[in-house]
Amino acid sequence: MKDFGGKVLFLDRSDINTDEIIPAKYLTEISKEALKQHMLEDLKLEGFEPDAPAVRDARVIVTRSNFGCGSSREHAPWVFEVNDINVVIASSFARIFRQNMFNCGMLAIELSEADIDSLFGHAGGDASVSVDFKKNSLTISSEKGSRTLAYRISEFDKALVEAGGWVGFADAKY
Amino acid sequence: MGMTLSEKIFRSHLKDEPFPGTKVLDIDVVMCHEITTPIAVNDLVSRGKDRVFNPEKIKVVIDHVTPAKDTKTALQGKILRDWARRQGIKDFFDIGRNGVCHAIFPEKGFIRPGYTVIMGDSHTCTHGAFGAFAAGVGTTDLEVGILKGVCAFREPRTIRIDINGALPDGVYAKDVILRIIKELTVKGATDCVIEFHGDVVKNMSMESRMTLCNMAIEAGGTSGVCMPDEVTVDYLWPFISAEYKDKAAAVEDFRKWWSDDDCRYERRLSLDVTGMEPQVTYGFKPDEVKGVTEMAGTPVDQVYIGSCTNGRIEDLRVAAAYLKGRTISPLVRGVLSPATPKIFRQADDEGLIRIFMDAGFCVTNPTCGACLGMSNGVIAPGEVCASTTNRNFNGRMGKGGMVHLMSPAVAAVTAIEGKIADPRKYGKGGAV
Ligand code: SF4
Repeated sequence: MKDFGGKVLFLDRSDINTDEIIPAKYLTEISKEALKQHMLEDLKLEGFEPDAPAVRDARVIVTRSNFGCGSSREHAPWVFEVNDINVVIASSFARIFRQNMFNCGMLAIELSEADIDSLFGHAGGDASVSVDFKKNSLTISSEKGSRTLAYRISEFDKALVEAGGWVGFADAKY
Repeated sequence: MGMTLSEKIFRSHLKDEPFPGTKVLDIDVVMCHEITTPIAVNDLVSRGKDRVFNPEKIKVVIDHVTPAKDTKTALQGKILRDWARRQGIKDFFDIGRNGVCHAIFPEKGFIRPGYTVIMGDSHTCTHGAFGAFAAGVGTTDLEVGILKGVCAFREPRTIRIDINGALPDGVYAKDVILRIIKELTVKGATDCVIEFHGDVVKNMSMESRMTLCNMAIEAGGTSGVCMPDEVTVDYLWPFISAEYKDKAAAVEDFRKWWSDDDCRYERRLSLDVTGMEPQVTYGFKPDEVKGVTEMAGTPVDQVYIGSCTNGRIEDLRVAAAYLKGRTISPLVRGVLSPATPKIFRQADDEGLIRIFMDAGFCVTNPTCGACLGMSNGVIAPGEVCASTTNRNFNGRMGKGGMVHLMSPAVAAVTAIEGKIADPRKYGKGGAV
């Protein structure tokens, strides 16, 4: 299993699409590593600097609704993966992006809007999240304190994470 | 309780239910292009599993960047080409015979009512126009599809949209779907299939139905779907005539896929298109849509006609009707990419290519082209493109550029005027 947890990058916007996560012009790459420098390059978000240390050090993304909409490109989860971001927490995901995350053995965690609001309450300073994969819960901590939240995950998604992704799971079973 | 079309397809293709709510389906067609497939192929090779489940059920095209523009895209093409040859995949479409995936595969008769279809491309929803369950997937799903012929889904819920009324002159399928996306929002159909019903849909050609279904994903939808009927059978007849004694028998057979009257819908909407205006997007999301009157006068630098949404023969006919005997504004670059070689040839035979060229359009080979800003037709920062494509995301057609989505009719008159314009003032089909 991958490492789940670490410093949080807060992206306070809904409907962030996969063109913003990794622009189409980099889809000519045939290795995941080559994507690394271009994460979130076209993100439309006031004050966001893709090269800022807070972005480079992030291990977890916390964002709003419909994250990962648009193109089916798995390059979106891959660019997170090669930057050691294996967890995205949002109030909702686009279907293909969400499936791609689990297919890569990564975690796309859905929380209620109220829970997402409470996570955003930790934005502004250094916040980090740790995930207890067995217990289906996560804890956010910052100078503002810490809070543990339960999340729901389907048995299938859990099995994909444990199998390290869909290829391993499907190959063993079908 | 009856079933929806998608539920029927799920039931007939169910291979396994490893966990409650997770359905693993047998896949009838796995489609591949050169952007998302090479990494899957490389991964299969590195796992020592360089095999395909069935070469007949895999369809391959090079369409996004063709001819190759540099070493990297040449390599993507090469990986796909070598793989198709190695695996004995006969339905492989390379330069000279290639076109936009969601236009060329239906044209070849690969999609049938009741089929399950996946592709590493979000606009795979287009093929639902034939009454199929067709869903875009990522590279990992594609890889497993190639290797095993299966894909896992949560069973989608269904949103039914009834489209009735009389489509006004100058208003087309593209306007209808933009209007619907505005209503549903970019996430309104997430994890849902959108079923299109009503007289307007019944009277639409397969081309127009594909335009409708193509943009289901822009509302988050897994697929767009139309009930397969006489129009579907007419389109598919060259490919299915050996299987049925006559067209009526095919229509009757395809009816088994129709959603039952007593099926369960997640949500029902109805849209009366009578008096509807042509629709245009104004922002960076496809649900940011306004009537053309509000958008008219916005200056543009480029007009792009093409793509899996609106690069089909019907679209070229519509645009050409407005362009005939007219020239485009000297301030505008007009680019046309017919979606397939067949469409290109047909447009040539009908004299449409000449109309576009006389008007001042550049005509490219069949390709995705400007649609995704990674090959030709990229716009500069600060530039604006009026486009018949399906996405207006920030940076989609070039960093710092702006894209307004619209029908081929609006695009054509916009090219003439150099600013967003209303096709209705040009009379019926541009015949003023
Ligand atoms: S035309 Fe555009 S939207 Fe359609 S498949 Fe090509 S890149 Fe994708």
